[in-house]
Amino acid sequence: MIDIKLPMSEAEARGLRMGDEVGLSGRMVTARDAGHKLMVEKKPKWLRPILEGSAIYHCGPVVAQVRGEYVFTAAGPTTSIREEPYQGQVIGDYGVRGVVGKGGMGKKTLQALQDHGAVYLHAIGGAAALLAQCVTRVESVYMLEEFGVPEAFWVIRVKDFPVVVTMDSTGASLHDSVLARSEEALRKQL
Amino acid sequence: MQPALLELIRRTSSDLPGDVDAALGRAFRREAPGSAARGAMRTILQNVAIARENSTPVCQDTGTNLHFVHAPVDLSEGAVHQAIVGATRKATRLGYLRPNVVDPVTGKNTGDNVGRSNPLLHYHQHKAKSLRVELMLKGGGCENVSTQYALPVNRLFAGRDLAGVRSCIVDSAHQAQGKGCSPGILGVGVGGDRMSSYVEAKHQLLRLLDDVNADPVLAKLERSCLRGINSLGIGPMGFGGKTTALGVKIGVVDRIPASYYVSIAYMCWACRRRTLVLRPNGSFTVE
Repeated sequence: MIDIKLPMSEAEARGLRMGDEVGLSGRMVTARDAGHKLMVEKKPKWLRPILEGSAIYHCGPVVAQVRGEYVFTAAGPTTSIREEPYQGQVIGDYGVRGVVGKGGMGKKTLQALQDHGAVYLHAIGGAAALLAQCVTRVESVYMLEEFGVPEAFWVIRVKDFPVVVTMDSTGASLHDSVLARSEEALRKQL
Repeated sequence: MQPALLELIRRTSSDLPGDVDAALGRAFRREAPGSAARGAMRTILQNVAIARENSTPVCQDTGTNLHFVHAPVDLSEGAVHQAIVGATRKATRLGYLRPNVVDPVTGKNTGDNVGRSNPLLHYHQHKAKSLRVELMLKGGGCENVSTQYALPVNRLFAGRDLAGVRSCIVDSAHQAQGKGCSPGILGVGVGGDRMSSYVEAKHQLLRLLDDVNADPVLAKLERSCLRGINSLGIGPMGFGGKTTALGVKIGVVDRIPASYYVSIAYMCWACRRRTLVLRPNGSFTVE
C-alpha cells in the first residue's frame, strides 16, 4: 500500500502505476454529473484553489447532520464513465491530479492523464459504509441548494482511503486489458 | 403498517441477505492471494459487516425502491401505497435512504424519495390474510448496464433458441465489465413483450442464490451461463479475476411469434432485497 497525501505534485502522480494499491489522505472534492457540467460550462473561479493538486471523487453521499455538522454515513463511488465528456478538460483546467471513481474511463480521460500528469483511482463500488468511515471531516459544501445532496460539491478530508490505480499517466489502463481478455473469452463460446 | 414498512426499508438498505453474504465469502476465498480482486472482495466483506453493525446503507446509491406487494383482498391499494410513501419519507429523514428522486425536466431532487412512479409498486392480491411486501433497492450503476436483446442478434450469431438466449446472457456480462459493480447477479426474463420481459427479469432477482430452477432445462441453462460468465475473467470490480457473477436466474414469459426478447436485469453484489410479512394481529417479520 502506497500512502499519498492530497494535494499531490505532478511528479507524485506520474510516479504511480497501474495496479498500485494506494491509501489517500487529505482533501478530496465530490463531483458528479451536474458538477462536471458546471465546471466545463461555467468555469467557477472559486473551485480552482480547492481542486488544485487534489482529487475529484465521483460520489453522491448519504449525509447526516450530527450536532450541526455534516457527517458522511454512506459514500462509495459512482460510475465514472458518465463524466467522460467533461473529465479530460476538468483535469487540465483545474489542475486535478487524481480522479476517484469506479468502472474506469475512456480514451479522452486517459489522454488527459498523460498530458497533465494525473491518475484514475478505482475505489470499491458499493463499499459505502467502509469508505464513509475514511471520511474524517466534511469541510464545506457548495451548490447544495441548487443540485441536491448527491450532486453537490462536498469538500471532505479523508484518511487512508483505499483505491487501486487502474489508469495511469503512461497510458496504461487495466480496464482496456481486462476488456480485451474478456472479448477473446466471449468469442470462444459463441 | 408504516412502522413495519420502515423496518423493511432499514433492513433492506443496511443488512445484506445471508445467501448473498455467503456467496461473497466464497468469492473472496476463490480469488488469488495478493490480487486486486481479492483486495476488493475483502473490502466488500468488511463493508457488509460495518453497514449491518451501524444500520447505515450498504451502498450510498439506495437506488429505486421497487416493491412487489401481495395484499389480502380486503386491504385497499391506496392504503398500502400511502403507508409505503410515509415509510419512505421517514426512512429518508433517518438516513436509511439517500434522497434519490429527480425530476427529469427541472433536474430538481424532490428530497424525500417521493415522486411520479416513486416509490414503485407492483400490486397483487392474494388469498392469505397477511400482507407480504418484497422490497428491492437497486442502484443506478447496475441498472444502467441492464439491457434487452431482440433475437436474432447477428453480431453474436445468436438465433431464436436457447443457445441464442445463452449468448445474449454471457454477452451482457461482457458488455457490463465491472461497471455494474461485479460480482453481479443476473435476473433474466425470456419472451414476453419488452415490458413483461423486464418485469420477469427483475422478479427473478428475488430468488435465493442457492435455489435451483424448478424447470430442469432452465436450471441447466442457468448453470451453463454462470460458468460462461465466470470464464470471462472480468472479476470483482472488473479488476480481473475468477468471480464475475454470483448467480444467473432465468424466468420465462410466453411471447408472440414475431418477438423473442431476452431481458437482463443486472444486480450489483450489494443485492438488497428483503421480504416483510405483516399479520392481521399487527405482528411482523422481515426476512
